[in-house]
Amino acid sequence: MEVDLFIPCFIDQLYPDTGFNLVKILEKLGIQVHYNTKQTCCGQMAFNSGYWDEALSLGEKFIKDFSTGRIIVGPSASCIGMVKNHYPKLFHNTSHHNTYKEIQSNIFEISDFLVNHLHITNLGARFPHKVTVHDSCSALREYGLTHEVRTLLANVKDIEIVEMNESDTCCGFGGTFSVKNEAISTSMAEQKVKNALETGAEFIVSTESSCLLHIEAYIKKHNLPIKTIHIVDILASGWEL
Amino acid sequence: MSQQKEQFLIDTERIAFDENHRKVIKFNISKYDLAVDKGKRQYADLALARSRAARIKRNVVNDLEGYLKEFEFNFQKNGGQIIWAVDDKEAVNAVLEIARKHQVKTVVKSKSMVSEEIDLNPHLQAYGVETLETDLGEYIVQLADERPYHIVTPAMHKSKEDIAQLYHQKFNTPEKFTPEEITYYTRIKLREKFVKADMGITGGNFLISDIGGIAVTENEGNGVLSMSFPKVHVAIVGIEKIIPSMRDLDLFWSILSTHGTGQKITVYNTVITGPRKSDELDGPENMYLILLDNGRTNLANQEHQKLALSCIRCGACLNVCPVYKSIGGHAYETTYSGPIGSVITPHLRGMEEYNHLSFASSLCGKCTEECPVNIPLHELLLYNRRDAVKAGFTDKSFNLVMKAYKIAMNKRWIIETFSPNVKNIGISLTFSNSWGPRRKLPVFQTSFTERWKKMHNR
Ligand code: SF4
Repeated sequence: MEVDLFIPCFIDQLYPDTGFNLVKILEKLGIQVHYNTKQTCCGQMAFNSGYWDEALSLGEKFIKDFSTGRIIVGPSASCIGMVKNHYPKLFHNTSHHNTYKEIQSNIFEISDFLVNHLHITNLGARFPHKVTVHDSCSALREYGLTHEVRTLLANVKDIEIVEMNESDTCCGFGGTFSVKNEAISTSMAEQKVKNALETGAEFIVSTESSCLLHIEAYIKKHNLPIKTIHIVDILASGWEL
Repeated sequence: MSQQKEQFLIDTERIAFDENHRKVIKFNISKYDLAVDKGKRQYADLALARSRAARIKRNVVNDLEGYLKEFEFNFQKNGGQIIWAVDDKEAVNAVLEIARKHQVKTVVKSKSMVSEEIDLNPHLQAYGVETLETDLGEYIVQLADERPYHIVTPAMHKSKEDIAQLYHQKFNTPEKFTPEEITYYTRIKLREKFVKADMGITGGNFLISDIGGIAVTENEGNGVLSMSFPKVHVAIVGIEKIIPSMRDLDLFWSILSTHGTGQKITVYNTVITGPRKSDELDGPENMYLILLDNGRTNLANQEHQKLALSCIRCGACLNVCPVYKSIGGHAYETTYSGPIGSVITPHLRGMEEYNHLSFASSLCGKCTEECPVNIPLHELLLYNRRDAVKAGFTDKSFNLVMKAYKIAMNKRWIIETFSPNVKNIGISLTFSNSWGPRRKLPVFQTSFTERWKKMHNR
């Protein structure tokens, strides 16, 4: 099997290791990974902020960069949710209609891809730590993930999973919302981190790097005794190719 | 920046970290959550009930004019009088005119968000008419000289201790008055007012088109009393409140109460079809219905956002909204707060002044998930944002940031021209202010793409 790798812009720039861990996982499964080095951004930030002309231009580039016909896999439900749910608002009934439709049916968030399409729930990972799950809004409500993250984590060796209160409540990031309404956004992060701290977990794990970016920003500023980690980084732990 | 937005930022900064506020809201909403979870179990298939309700309301929104005509015809046939009010001023003037005509000195009011929307109480008082809120929550809020905090539970921000304290201050009741004592005390106080009042003012939950009736649903009986004791009854209702038929009422009454309070059905449910008839024993001698537009037609003209006119004002989207729970109902400074308020207020009161509310959301989608009439609230916020940007109502500096982002993201080489260090300096220069003092900025690394290229010798 061959796939195109989609590394969202902020993962490319801020969390490149997560990208490489994803490659490591796919290669372990014998999948050949292609990466178009011209790719940048799906346009979500512009779109969510009301700048649809800008989003349209970035979306066109995305469609061009990913029109290979191969399956596309990425580590972010919010960017892929953008392609799945909002591209119709930009490209329905345009000259890009057919290509965006094809991309839509071919693009997968990694935990969905593993669990529901490859039917792989055990990657032989080992992570001897106590973790708590943050259900990202985009994964849950935009993309429609339900049990996948917990199913994958349950098969990680030596991991201890503890549930936090309000695990499916938003962390307050919301793209440019986080700067336009700094107080509300930070207040939501504070409440999220408090709930996580109460579990005594060492890590907050999520499928969504943008949530983790936000949660980490609050944790680091206040020197709190908890860290953030992407599920891909856990699944790639404890084994080598 | 609009004055409203400036105030909003100040108010949210003050309230978002208020631990006491958080505690009271969390507690009160947790009780609501339990009740609603239980209430929902009355449905064998809640999704089906919702989609039926949604479809019926969509039909109404798509032919609002037709339904209003039918309703008007049927309502007038029963002897009721309709007054069309294009905006808040016309509605207020209509009420004052009725009060003058019938020499009204005192008014009893049951809960009505529309009367808040047109700011009725101060106008009546200025006119020398005493008005009294008779819903317990509204009464408490009026006593505290505040605005309703929530469209269904106006005093949600007050703990039982807060309320006992308020009664103690106003009526010198014992400081440790229990909720039961407070309710009983208020009931006795209000009863005499109902008997004496010259006019009753209510809202209406639904306008039933095929029978020309107004459906009012409530838990305290004060609505029934407000409509039946005084000689004059005025109902003020938004034009979007139509449901086509009496046959739809069972669905709407129960879905409203399930999502509003978790009850299977509300305690008092009344349908009124006009004033007392010659062969009837009770009811008002005169009955007026003020049908309020106040921006609703403007909303009906928005291709996507018009869906928000399906709202049945159950308040569920507020109760699940993490933004609402963090800042509360007052910070919005609007009649309708929470997700639905952020969607409709820019169309009711002006996009330029109120578009900031459409941006005050993380788009988490909880509201959409919860809405009993399937309004895609968070998506409608996106359309509002688009419209605000198109109309040029957003900050100029932000427009520039977005333009720069578009240019950079369109050309990979631009992103790669700058080293991670330069990017880190850049981001701290542009964003450290808006990112605020309570979070650390993220740190740029050598990008995935550059590392990939090196590994693959490109
Ligand atoms: S938008 Fe939906 S959830 Fe919110 S108040 Fe209206 S009907 Fe209820």
